[in-house]
Amino acid sequence: MSTHYSKLRKPIIEGDKSLGQITDDVARTIERGPTRLWWFAFMLSFSVMVVGIVAVSYQIKVGIGTWGLNKTVGWAFDITNFVFWVGIGHAGTLISAILFLFRQRWRTSINRSAEAMTVFAVICAGIFPIIHMGRPWLFFWIAPYPNFRGPLWVNFRSPLLWDFFAISTYFTISLVFWYIGLVPDLATMRDRAKSKIKKAIYRVTSLGWNGSARTWNRYETVYVLLAAFATPLVLSVHSIVSMDFATSVIPGWHTTIFPPYFVAGAIFSGFAMVLTLMIIARKVLNYQEYITLDHIEKMCKVILATGGIVGLAYATEMFMAWYSVNEFERFAFINRALGPFAWAYWIMVSCNVIIPQLLWVKKLRRSIAFVFLMSIVINIGMWFERFVIIVTSIHRDFLPSSWAMYKPSLIEIATLLGSFGLFFSAFLLFARFVPFIAIGEVKGVLGYGRNKKANSKAVQNSERELEAVEV
Amino acid sequence: MDTQLFLGIFTNEDDVVNATRATNSAGYTIHDVYTPYAVHGLEKAMGLKPSRLTWACLAFAAAGLLLGVFAQFWIGSIDWPLNVGGKPFNSLPAYLPVIFELTVLIGGLGVVFTMLVRAKLYPGKAVWLPDAGVTNDRFVIALVQKDASFDSGAVRHLWEEFNLIEAKSLAEVPC
Repeated sequence: MSTHYSKLRKPIIEGDKSLGQITDDVARTIERGPTRLWWFAFMLSFSVMVVGIVAVSYQIKVGIGTWGLNKTVGWAFDITNFVFWVGIGHAGTLISAILFLFRQRWRTSINRSAEAMTVFAVICAGIFPIIHMGRPWLFFWIAPYPNFRGPLWVNFRSPLLWDFFAISTYFTISLVFWYIGLVPDLATMRDRAKSKIKKAIYRVTSLGWNGSARTWNRYETVYVLLAAFATPLVLSVHSIVSMDFATSVIPGWHTTIFPPYFVAGAIFSGFAMVLTLMIIARKVLNYQEYITLDHIEKMCKVILATGGIVGLAYATEMFMAWYSVNEFERFAFINRALGPFAWAYWIMVSCNVIIPQLLWVKKLRRSIAFVFLMSIVINIGMWFERFVIIVTSIHRDFLPSSWAMYKPSLIEIATLLGSFGLFFSAFLLFARFVPFIAIGEVKGVLGYGRNKKANSKAVQNSERELEAVEV
Repeated sequence: MDTQLFLGIFTNEDDVVNATRATNSAGYTIHDVYTPYAVHGLEKAMGLKPSRLTWACLAFAAAGLLLGVFAQFWIGSIDWPLNVGGKPFNSLPAYLPVIFELTVLIGGLGVVFTMLVRAKLYPGKAVWLPDAGVTNDRFVIALVQKDASFDSGAVRHLWEEFNLIEAKSLAEVPC
């Protein structure tokens, strides 16, 4: 602990807490049982999810003719939701892996819940391409396995196939990363559990963890390795998602800027969702001393940076459309900004580029109400970004006689709502049954910015001896 | 078994690291140290070698990479050559994304699996704790009491300088 002491450093965890208090604080929310508010929120999300289940069952039974698609607009709402949810997931990996490699200690208060968010968001995302297949029960055909149809293999040159590999790898690695991080905390819960059933569940899930330093040493090694894998993985996932568009020859999609542009947008939207969730959670679960105003401000800065990249990408696209002297490219972008879907384009620009500039003001970054509102605005803006990219690029194609408009059907809207229901139901269950804050990791940064040295004379003596030895 | 453990319980990260370092340099055999969270510098104080799991990880990742390369070339050029837009059958650039994903997937899962096997962690394992508070707020050093020459008084004296809370002998030894 003492190694991190400097007068310039502010403690990450507020309140002078002991190690035992941290355990108590985090375990309390699980042990106290569900509150009335939790039941209300869960029932609400669950009902919304049921709406989604009904809608999905209906469209699988009847077919995707129930959507608002037409001959010209073949991709719209469904793929928008897919890209939106995958993007949301990216912030969790950024916090758990990239900030870990950069030694950003403040991540410890939020990484557990952000990783959970990643896992649930990727589940939500995965549903959309599967129902888009029309015959989702044949989903497994996308996996390359020896079969009796030849064997007829999949096309490894197709970005849609890359997407299958990328998303399933991303989901698996995120889930494993999350679970491995959870094991020591499950052991803590096991040793506190009073009822037999709970103890048994925690005993099985905590894998017999007993805090051995030899195991911790291996555990930390694996943690670094997984973080080192997850970092390029998260960049690859949204790059590959963007290639679903960029490798086509549709003006408005066919640009080399897509991979970095999509990755920045994903982190931007993901952090907005983390803020939405954290601002509610810290209040409801009483974690204000763990997820502090400083945490919120730091996340706002990440949003400001990635939002800047997104804004730059919008401008670059416009510039390249003009500079390329390609009349189709020019038309696509003029149509995007001034055509029949101009309203969507300008919602996107205002929500993602113009309004977030207010975050340059420190006072606003530290205002909870403002940041909460901003996070919702960005979520809306980033959903529209995907909608704009997908629909405005294809609704007016090369043949003016086939130009068409797109309007989502009620079924499609119900499906989107249902995915939110699934996301929040899963997140509420997580908050109820799993330590919301990484107990073990937060304990490790407790001493950050605190001077505990003065308490222990023996420590000073031993360090003096060590220095003497080194000299 | 004859081996007994001699435990020292501490409540502070710095204390346990310094006590471990002192115990190790005094020549005692450290069975293990138990901490509620990953204490950095403890592995050095215990004299542990860096984990070789990185090599396991490299091996698994290489296996994933090779699988990606060979599977795609075999499928695309040998087993069922498929003409896609007149492109060559063995087009490496198009194969890179899947190669990368397989490298990450098999490397990541492989190293986690190796760690679980090596650290003997598995669902339903019988839990052995040197002290009930070790997953909460206690730090425990466990020494191996080899023979009669083990001087528990001297160890206790050494640890007392580092705010020792309690020292005790333990007959049972974890498997």
